[in-house]
Amino acid sequence: MEQLSVQDIQHVIAAARSFREISARSIKKVPTLRGKTIVNLFFEPSTRTRTSFEIAAKRMSADTFNIAASTSSATKGETLIDTARNIEAMNPDIIIIRHSCSGAPQLLARHIGSSIINAGDGAHEHPSQGLLDIMTILDHKKDLAGLKIAIIGDIAHSRVAVSDILGFTKLGATVCVAGPATFIPAAVENLGARVCRTVDEAIDDADVVMALRIQKERQNDPLIPSLREYSIHYGINRRRLTHAKPDVLVMHPGPINRGVELSPDVADGPSSVILEQVKNGVAVRMALLYLVMGGEKGGEAQGDI
Amino acid sequence: MISEVIILQNGRVIDPMNQTDGIVDIWLEDGRIVAPRAVAPAGTCRYDLTGKWVMPGLIDIHVHLREPGQEYKETIATGTMAAAAGGFTAVACMPNTRPVNDSAAVTRLILDMAANCTARVYPVGALSRDSRGEQLAEYGEMKAAGAVALTDDGMPVTDSQLMRRAMEYATSHWLPVISHAEELSLSRNGCMNEGPVSTRLGLRGIPTAAESIMVYREIALAELTGARVHIAHVSCEASLALIRLAKKRGVKVTAETAPHYFALTDEAVDGYNTHAKMNPPLRSEVDRMAIREALADGTLDAIATDHAPHSVLEKEVEFNYAANGIVGLETSLPLGLSLVHDGLITAGRMVELMSCAPARILGVPGGRLAAGDPADITVVDPDRRFVFSAAECRSKGRNTPFDGRQFRGKAVLTIMNGRVTFTDL
Repeated sequence: MEQLSVQDIQHVIAAARSFREISARSIKKVPTLRGKTIVNLFFEPSTRTRTSFEIAAKRMSADTFNIAASTSSATKGETLIDTARNIEAMNPDIIIIRHSCSGAPQLLARHIGSSIINAGDGAHEHPSQGLLDIMTILDHKKDLAGLKIAIIGDIAHSRVAVSDILGFTKLGATVCVAGPATFIPAAVENLGARVCRTVDEAIDDADVVMALRIQKERQNDPLIPSLREYSIHYGINRRRLTHAKPDVLVMHPGPINRGVELSPDVADGPSSVILEQVKNGVAVRMALLYLVMGGEKGGEAQGDI
Repeated sequence: MISEVIILQNGRVIDPMNQTDGIVDIWLEDGRIVAPRAVAPAGTCRYDLTGKWVMPGLIDIHVHLREPGQEYKETIATGTMAAAAGGFTAVACMPNTRPVNDSAAVTRLILDMAANCTARVYPVGALSRDSRGEQLAEYGEMKAAGAVALTDDGMPVTDSQLMRRAMEYATSHWLPVISHAEELSLSRNGCMNEGPVSTRLGLRGIPTAAESIMVYREIALAELTGARVHIAHVSCEASLALIRLAKKRGVKVTAETAPHYFALTDEAVDGYNTHAKMNPPLRSEVDRMAIREALADGTLDAIATDHAPHSVLEKEVEFNYAANGIVGLETSLPLGLSLVHDGLITAGRMVELMSCAPARILGVPGGRLAAGDPADITVVDPDRRFVFSAAECRSKGRNTPFDGRQFRGKAVLTIMNGRVTFTDL
């Protein structure tokens, strides 16, 4: 997201909107990427992002292959670059990579010639998620400029937070982040976000409230005392939401810990657009594959979206 | 073997220990500096060093030579060739070899292998057995074999009682303790400085407190035990403030920084550049400026490279997995000279930082150009402009963030023990 200009973002969203209709057809397939080979190289477990990219590729008639870290050579001590070079030798058109290390897609882009799409790297970025979040907001609001968007939760360990903050602020929104101080990264203001002392302050008059997932697997680092206390002090519930704008959108990148980040009535309530995010995810990823494959923008998107 | 006389003529001799800074001829014979005589004997070798600076041989008190055990990264031979090319006549090598240099046997092995190399090698012994941080190593035996200091360097001593005992025991053998100051519980899993750049890159940060907390512990223990403590590779302002105060109180603490801490900031990590990954990590601009100030005001005693050669196996990987460290022997002097060109320090102060103080800290010869001293001399062309190329390093390591950098000034003649070990006149 850091590398995308406002025009790039608008271009992807426009393409995604035109592709969204395909998923509503009875025959959900167009021949756009017929004969193209797309490899999902996932070094980290992921169900929804991988599935979303796979569905996107298949709806455009590309051939997809999934390589999960557990079945790849990573466990045999092969380096990331060697793994990627071996895959590249089989001439894929696009490699989609998810990795627990920030910067892994950039490392690949430096060493191999195939187009690389970043499906999430460490705590760095998750650009396709950021784009689908923007698309979802734009479905309901005319413009991001002037909106107040609250992002609540574990900002420090979230790649979604970085891509969202960068993307939202590029389009003119004010982004307020809140959560316990253990979840707020150093100098997050430099990304363009405003740090609020309380959740209520962040939510106050907000147009969008985005809750981030608490990673339960991080419990070896003492970040919060309990999920119970977190849900009481930082969880989004109906009472807190009354301070937001009446037409507030509630979002979550998933998967949700119900009753922790979001109370169930909010997650399933009228303000929630969580399932729209998932739906738009497929469209955004179709757009990315299309544009990376040349689309109408030539090779510009090559490298690392 | 070396009986010919060498005369270094017309150079600007910078010898702060003897309060000398001027055009003087230096005579060398039989590996020593000798008083000039009325007539030079036949066969005398003369170097016209007009426009050059002649200084006591540079000493780098913090290098990793990797031998024994990791010869694919560096050997004592290649490391000392890099040293000579960088203007160094002596290096102190850290004990994190395989096996760890925690015994007289390994110390002797290193010295044997270094015997015919192009720089003096001073082994630093391990502070604890196998650098595990549990039991003291045999300081007396290592000292007798030639060790000049003690440290567990890359394996920070977490147990404060062990550090206290190490300092006490080291005083009995007149050895300084070198501390790699790092509070591991704060730095664990971190891979760069904590700040705006780590947040932007999504990399786990290491706060400066991880260093300064331990710097304070070492100062407190030095005060308690009366030991001589040397703080390695200081990277941040917080540590400098503590060292400055401790020195005022008369604590026997000395400190070094490495050239990258005054030349670069954590912005160099951008693009996940593993050649900008080291421990302690590159810090903020505020810290960089504080380091420069401390080099000038004497809070920092020495510049040492922390020369840490690695192969592509350790560096062409994900940033999180990349090894810490960069090579430094062939860029340290040009970077030190940049401080002189910037007007921050005098040439004499640079010699103090890179030769006199290092000799004093380790209690080894050198740092001075008096008759009778070993003929260890570095000749510098302060204005020679060149583009540094990692591919042309003498070191086996190519892991440097300075590849392609324009430098002004370099070593053009290095003489160790009366023998020319490098020349680029």
